[in-house]
Amino acid sequence: MNHWIIAPVILPAMLAPFIVLAMRHDLSLQRVFSMAGTVALTLISLGLLYTASTNPPEVYYLGNWPAPFGIVLVLDKLSAMMVALTALLAVMVQLYAISTGWDARGKHFHALFQFQLMGICGAFLTGDAFNLFVFFEVLLIASYGLMIHGGGAARLRAGVQYVAYNLVGSTLFLFALATIYSVTGTLNMADLAVKVAQLPAEDAALIRVGGVLLLLVFAIKGALVPMQFWLPATYSFAPGPVAALFAVMTKVGAYAVIRVYTLIFPTDTPVTGLMFDEMLMPAAIVTLVIGALGTLGSVSLMRLVAFAGITSMGTLFIAVAEFTPQAMTAALYYLLHSTLALAALFLIADLVLDRRGSDDFSKPLPPIAQHGLLSALFFGAAIAMAGMPPLSGFLGKLLVMDATRGADMALIWTLILVTSLITVVGFGRAGSQLFWKSYATTTGMARPEPKREPLAFTMVFALMAALVLMTVFAGPVTDWLSGLSAELFARTPYIDAVLHSGKE
Amino acid sequence: MEFLVASGIGMMTACGVYLILRQRTFPVIVGLAMLSYAVNVFIFASGRLAIGLPPLISDAAEGYTDPLTQALVLTAIVISFGMTAVIVMMALGSFLETGSDRIDTDEPDTAEQESKP
Repeated sequence: MNHWIIAPVILPAMLAPFIVLAMRHDLSLQRVFSMAGTVALTLISLGLLYTASTNPPEVYYLGNWPAPFGIVLVLDKLSAMMVALTALLAVMVQLYAISTGWDARGKHFHALFQFQLMGICGAFLTGDAFNLFVFFEVLLIASYGLMIHGGGAARLRAGVQYVAYNLVGSTLFLFALATIYSVTGTLNMADLAVKVAQLPAEDAALIRVGGVLLLLVFAIKGALVPMQFWLPATYSFAPGPVAALFAVMTKVGAYAVIRVYTLIFPTDTPVTGLMFDEMLMPAAIVTLVIGALGTLGSVSLMRLVAFAGITSMGTLFIAVAEFTPQAMTAALYYLLHSTLALAALFLIADLVLDRRGSDDFSKPLPPIAQHGLLSALFFGAAIAMAGMPPLSGFLGKLLVMDATRGADMALIWTLILVTSLITVVGFGRAGSQLFWKSYATTTGMARPEPKREPLAFTMVFALMAALVLMTVFAGPVTDWLSGLSAELFARTPYIDAVLHSGKE
Repeated sequence: MEFLVASGIGMMTACGVYLILRQRTFPVIVGLAMLSYAVNVFIFASGRLAIGLPPLISDAAEGYTDPLTQALVLTAIVISFGMTAVIVMMALGSFLETGSDRIDTDEPDTAEQESKP
């Protein structure tokens, strides 16, 4: 067994209590240790990504219990890619938070950050449905703390709403798991895949209920209509760097949908058939439209970016709902792109907010410091998010559209193109009001002092550079991703790895 | 017994759903607690109902109940208990900061101005 597979869970899980217990009063020590932990996590995850891309799926048996009985962690290409994405994003977000002093505005930022990473990495790696629930709770409980980091009445109130929403989601998750368990008698994902395929027709009703409940839970995480209501308030009131990290949290929902509905409920399952596909597609289309309308309607920058995030989840889920290898490749490329672009936008929004003092861009205010640089960054990130050439958003949407040449082609293409236009208009409106509008009180005012935060800007540039790299190396990336989708849709490598590889 | 357990779970879920649709945090938290109780019994029942059977291997046993669901319930209880504690603290903090225990974020403009003096 490759023991490195559990490292992305163990490392933050050990580090976080250590930070709380041993260095709770010393912020610089916290910064050093937490940063070192995140960098180590990145190196490990890159190593795992390399292993996964050359080998078939690998399994880690916790406690060395054989597969359907014990809990397993599975490292395949998909989980390795998601862990690596999380770790890379975490490094940038954490350096940003340190540089802008966000981590000093409340207690325990770094400990919560590590717990958050533990939950996210665990959710990506686990091969057991109940364990997925546990890791969801770990990442949620850390996100509750991070979301209200820094305090303030509005943030606390949005936080309570967020927690209540997610507690309902957790309850639904348990109902779904218990329903599925009562039919199949197992919660190991590979074992479920085998058992669900063999279910007799009289169990169809129960397993369908379980599958739909599970889809609802993942829809909450992935901000899919009609479960998206928590997202705008949460993301717009969360601290900037936390919102940037949360960009990967909606992708946990997308990952869970991809994993469960390709592995356990593929479209050729006799008892469920195409039903999940038929539910996911309309929801994804409505999500796309609502997100785009939201970008046009919001007057606060953070809220605008949050709605852009909903739009990207809509596009992503449209590609996922096709359930073909080609569409999955497109979905995963778009997933990588939208996580990075959304994080970059949140960080830029936070920089603007910090200098401007007000999130409301309809109010004319004096020009902000580093006005030119920030407007250029905003322009670049907005182009990437909206899907205009030359950045990877354009390629991502192109791939998604290319993969959806089906019966609904006319509808999907029209909506993707029209919502892109609406998003461009939304961002254009926000940008021109923020950076170009004639200012209320320019006469007699000194130019604002630029804040020296080189590291924060470097991190925003790093995210933009990642987008440029994804554009330049789109060919190799999509080739690798199509290998990943082939592995996902073949299903047997995963199932064989979990159930049939002998114990060592 | 099946009818009793099933209708109990149903009643508790219905009450929980009704309460979480209320506007104040206290009923919402009570509703969430009710929902988590309902789901705990539901998980327990998903391993099939049995009376007086042991979950662990013993020589005197005539049959067994499913031990896995009991373990799952234990995990679920711990997690939902912790989560309820978190939301109680957050609701309390929010009440002390804003002076109201409404759960909806109405009037975002004024709320925003309060938070960023």
